[in-house]
Amino acid sequence: MGSELNRLTITEARKRLRRREITSRELTRDCLERIAAVEPRLNAFITVCEDEAMAQADDADRRLGQGDAPNLCGIPLGIKDIYCTRGVRTTCASKILGNFTPPFDATVIEKLRAEGAVFVGKANLDEFAMGSSTENSAFGPTRNPYDLERVAGGSSGGSAAAVAADECLAALGTDTGGSIRLPASFCGVVGIKPTYSRVSRYGVIAYASTLDQVGPFARTVRDAAMVLRAAAGADPRDSTCSARPVPDYERALTGEVRGMRIGVPKEYFVEGMDATVERTVRDALKKLEAMGARTVEISLPHTGYAVAAYYLIATAEASANLARYDGVRYGMRASADNNIELYNRTRAQGFGAEVKRRIMLGTFALSAGYYDAYYLKGQKVRTLIRRDFERAFESCDLIAAPVAPTTAFRLGEKTDDPLQMYLSDIFTISVNLAGLPGMSVPCGADGRGMPIGLQLIGPPFAEEAILRAGDAWERSGGFARRAPQL
Amino acid sequence: MLESSAMAQEKISLEQVRHVARLARLELAPDEERRLQIDMSEMLGYVDKLNELDTDKVEPTAQVGESGTPVREDVVTNHPAADAMLANAPAREGFFFKVPKIIE
Repeated sequence: MGSELNRLTITEARKRLRRREITSRELTRDCLERIAAVEPRLNAFITVCEDEAMAQADDADRRLGQGDAPNLCGIPLGIKDIYCTRGVRTTCASKILGNFTPPFDATVIEKLRAEGAVFVGKANLDEFAMGSSTENSAFGPTRNPYDLERVAGGSSGGSAAAVAADECLAALGTDTGGSIRLPASFCGVVGIKPTYSRVSRYGVIAYASTLDQVGPFARTVRDAAMVLRAAAGADPRDSTCSARPVPDYERALTGEVRGMRIGVPKEYFVEGMDATVERTVRDALKKLEAMGARTVEISLPHTGYAVAAYYLIATAEASANLARYDGVRYGMRASADNNIELYNRTRAQGFGAEVKRRIMLGTFALSAGYYDAYYLKGQKVRTLIRRDFERAFESCDLIAAPVAPTTAFRLGEKTDDPLQMYLSDIFTISVNLAGLPGMSVPCGADGRGMPIGLQLIGPPFAEEAILRAGDAWERSGGFARRAPQL
Repeated sequence: MLESSAMAQEKISLEQVRHVARLARLELAPDEERRLQIDMSEMLGYVDKLNELDTDKVEPTAQVGESGTPVREDVVTNHPAADAMLANAPAREGFFFKVPKIIE
């Protein structure tokens, strides 16, 4: 049997690569073998980059041999297929992009390439990142590694499932309303949505530009911190990207939470939520208290309005961002006799049902006569939600809550009811509206063995605080990760 | 008659769906129009809950990032790469994207 190096954490692999006990070639090959073995059942990847990955691994081994070893040198990663990758087809899980092969790299990809990272493949997602289950993919749904009849969560479901199933050591996703934290919770891995503007979005296909943020998945908080550090930082090509220096997040992982004030929002423990999820999250909080943290009850009174505000703002922005797909410069093109017909038909044939639904809702919310009642109203409620958090952070250093009211649901369970699907994000969406950093850390499992995530939320640019708390929770041995049986 | 009274409960008419589809440059099949009417009506009904909140004196939030727009020297930072850009074109002629005739 194989050496199963694909099961290593980045922390462990980095140590062994630097000591030359293993090579990136061996590590990458184990990941590719795992991919070949489980992909027919999981469908976590749209494109597997075998040849490119092996070439990157050989380059990394040369660098490692010369003692030039950045943190991610030689580490196999999965990349959500929403990042432009030079020379590798980028689909966004949509038919409309056809065989689009970007002539450039997203800034984050460029940075990870410079570190010597290895890209094993482009991970599956909901089309244009619109969804909570990765069922809205033109390439079929990704399945949950812990139960193939259940969803991986979305929209970055492929990235989460690939890390959970040991197909790669970490992965990149994006989070507009919960698209990193929800699949991380459903698949039992760590997922970080950083502060809005912390990471460049240049070359990341846009969904809702005031909400989108890039972030990592990994099997430990330390691993995720390492990927975040490599990805974050100023970018002259993304004018929304913050110029603040990027801290060495690993140094924040002291294991110490004494004196930390953790706010527990009463609106996040609501009737109708799964009793096991509530109990597991509360147990995790007790454990953090036993380690010296202090919990304080807080209120985020506008929580119940977040999903409504989000679906006006996000769809409005999406309708503008997706106007560029017209069949003229790249992607698929429907046959037509004139240009207007060409646009209308290309978009009709190229977009899936959920994308059309959001474009329509967003176009309506922005249209003459409805702008004030819908789009502007959503933006005003966004202010109220932002203020809720500002007030809450006067009495706590971070906030802890569930990621979702349930564990992973069954495939097909919510596909016919868009509103129920949208409500999966009820506990994650406010964080995007307020632009805050949030993280999902595995904290337990339900009776079926389906993972449960603890969500840690910080004030803007307080990634170090949530990473420290998440790492301390992991070190306490609070929840031992069980590898999926595949 | 039955049908028209059921339609009265919809938040958006079929005619409005068709108008929005024209704005969004989407050709919709008749069954898609009806499905969107139902789905959009449900969503618009749901977002009505925002009207429970008095927002008359609340400023809208258009952006949550750090304020201010960074500036740089006005110099060319990209390089001509017409062939690379045209490589993804569904149809091209020379250094142009080719599309159906626009003016008769």
